[in-house]
Amino acid sequence: MKKWFEPFSTAWNGVVTHKLRSFLTMLGIVIGVAAVISLMSIGRGTTAQILANIESMGSDLVTIRPGAFTFGGVRGGTAQTLTQEDAAAISEQVAYIDLVAPSYSANLQLVVGSENMNTQVTGVTPEYQAVQNLEIANGAFFTEYDYQRGTKVVVLGSNVKETLFGDADPIGQQMRMGTIIVRVIGVLESKEGMMGSPDDGILIPLTALQQAVAQPRTAQGERVVSSIALTVSDEEQADHVVDEITSLLRTRHRLGPGVDDDFNIMSMEEIASTISEVTGTMTLLLGAIAAISLLVGGIGVMNIMLVSVLERTREIGIRKALGARERDIWIQFLLEAAFLTFAGGIIGVIVGWAVSYMVSATGFMTTLVTADIVILAVSVSVAIGLFFGFYPAWNASRLNPIEALRSE
Amino acid sequence: MIKLQDITKVYPMGKRELTVLNGVTLHIEQGDLVAIMGPSGSGKSTLLNLIGCLDKPTSGNYYLEDREVSRLSSGELAKVRGQKVGFIFQTFNLLPRLSALANVELGLRYSGGGDRHQAMEALGKVGLSDRANHRPTELSGGEQQRVAIARALAKNPPLILADEPTGNLDSRSGEEIISILTSLHSEQGITLLVVTHDANIAHQCQRIIYLKDGQVVAEEKV
Repeated sequence: MKKWFEPFSTAWNGVVTHKLRSFLTMLGIVIGVAAVISLMSIGRGTTAQILANIESMGSDLVTIRPGAFTFGGVRGGTAQTLTQEDAAAISEQVAYIDLVAPSYSANLQLVVGSENMNTQVTGVTPEYQAVQNLEIANGAFFTEYDYQRGTKVVVLGSNVKETLFGDADPIGQQMRMGTIIVRVIGVLESKEGMMGSPDDGILIPLTALQQAVAQPRTAQGERVVSSIALTVSDEEQADHVVDEITSLLRTRHRLGPGVDDDFNIMSMEEIASTISEVTGTMTLLLGAIAAISLLVGGIGVMNIMLVSVLERTREIGIRKALGARERDIWIQFLLEAAFLTFAGGIIGVIVGWAVSYMVSATGFMTTLVTADIVILAVSVSVAIGLFFGFYPAWNASRLNPIEALRSE
Repeated sequence: MIKLQDITKVYPMGKRELTVLNGVTLHIEQGDLVAIMGPSGSGKSTLLNLIGCLDKPTSGNYYLEDREVSRLSSGELAKVRGQKVGFIFQTFNLLPRLSALANVELGLRYSGGGDRHQAMEALGKVGLSDRANHRPTELSGGEQQRVAIARALAKNPPLILADEPTGNLDSRSGEEIISILTSLHSEQGITLLVVTHDANIAHQCQRIIYLKDGQVVAEEKV
């Protein structure tokens, strides 16, 4: 009735009667598994965080910026090649585009009472809010009506609001921006720690900005913009849209064959897939490094089991004299090895989890322990036990009982 | 019970061969109490190992309870050992980390069953019920050998083999062991083979077989 249980209790006895040795053997596996769990969780966490950031910017976002142009081999700095007319043309002629938001940025001095700061002021169209996925923390964004009339209203980035107003409510307050007076109507929700974060800038209708700074014009008389952001209605078509825009802009800018683009197009979709590819490789690399320590732990198990078999030759002889078959002996030793690595795996998961929790707690990195990593680590450690335990166990089972009994 | 026909056992020793048993023919009936004597190197232990199915003969036939066992695979031999044979060794061969009771249970473990109750009963037969939870190191030599007897006995084998069971004991403990063995034999009708150097012990048996240079040289009925 309890027969099926006996090999397990025998193996368990083998483990607990050699406590120190079992502990040291397990330690190798514990460290290996803990390393796999914590390193993989760091890799996964980082990936997830980066992708979440990109998601918050909108994965359907495509941004066009003027590129550095070269003329006769001389690099001419940042070109003023993109124009509001380009934006209008894209909006009219390229398919699968939702919204187009050209913007022009300038650095201006802001003054409120005794506080002042120099920051980037971006003149935008009302579509900019939807295109950039901006949330309003307080107040409102300006409207199409404000844009048409060139109303001097601004929306502040959260850091700017903090610097100029502290804890006070800025809505309705007047401030000086360069040469004009503007009224604050909203504050943006913070998007911390992101590239091109809107936290440090302020937004104003492009038409209003034109009253404070002179927007340059190209030779053809088109109004220069700093960038054009747009959203794609179908993310599947992002590549296609990028190609269309490229050929449209090349035509508009009269770039002949063999001449480099005078603009850069960045699609979030593309960036996201590149980043997840890179971080995926990084996670795999971290996992591989950790796997090596797990492998070393496995070799430790084999080493200990070989010694254990040698040391217990007499026990094996006795068991055989009592009628143990080869199978009984090798199951006993294999189970012992599997026990050690399984227990080591479980403890390793707990330790690894604790480590990744602590790493998260420091705030430098985000970690993510997922079920698949845990299951993988534990099953790999058991598999290592079975693999590295097999040879010693097989050795043990093949011992000649008479010689085994004679050994000391 | 036991029928050996022209058994030889040859061990390779480097390039030469060492003939340990050289044509042993032997019949032992059910319920016999037999002593095997002979000088060192005469092949006593090898003979006992062959009878106990720990080893296979190089040639010859061995029938245990009318079954030819000399050509069985190692797995089948292990099964025969577990069910038919109880061993008692000169050096006791108990597992030092297990209690007396657990050692006796180990004897049942590979014989296809039995429980703690049966193990306790066997310990009772050798008068060690009260020491069941002691480890071998906490027991005297005589007590250890009694645990070993209980281990051999617990599974009720038809055959018990003792290889110089008193060799490591003082004479008083030795006599105790022999009296336990002889009374088990007379009460339970177990077939009992004892390898010994001690003529006194041999003369408490029914039959004495003398071995020399791997051959049976004499037999004596007591």
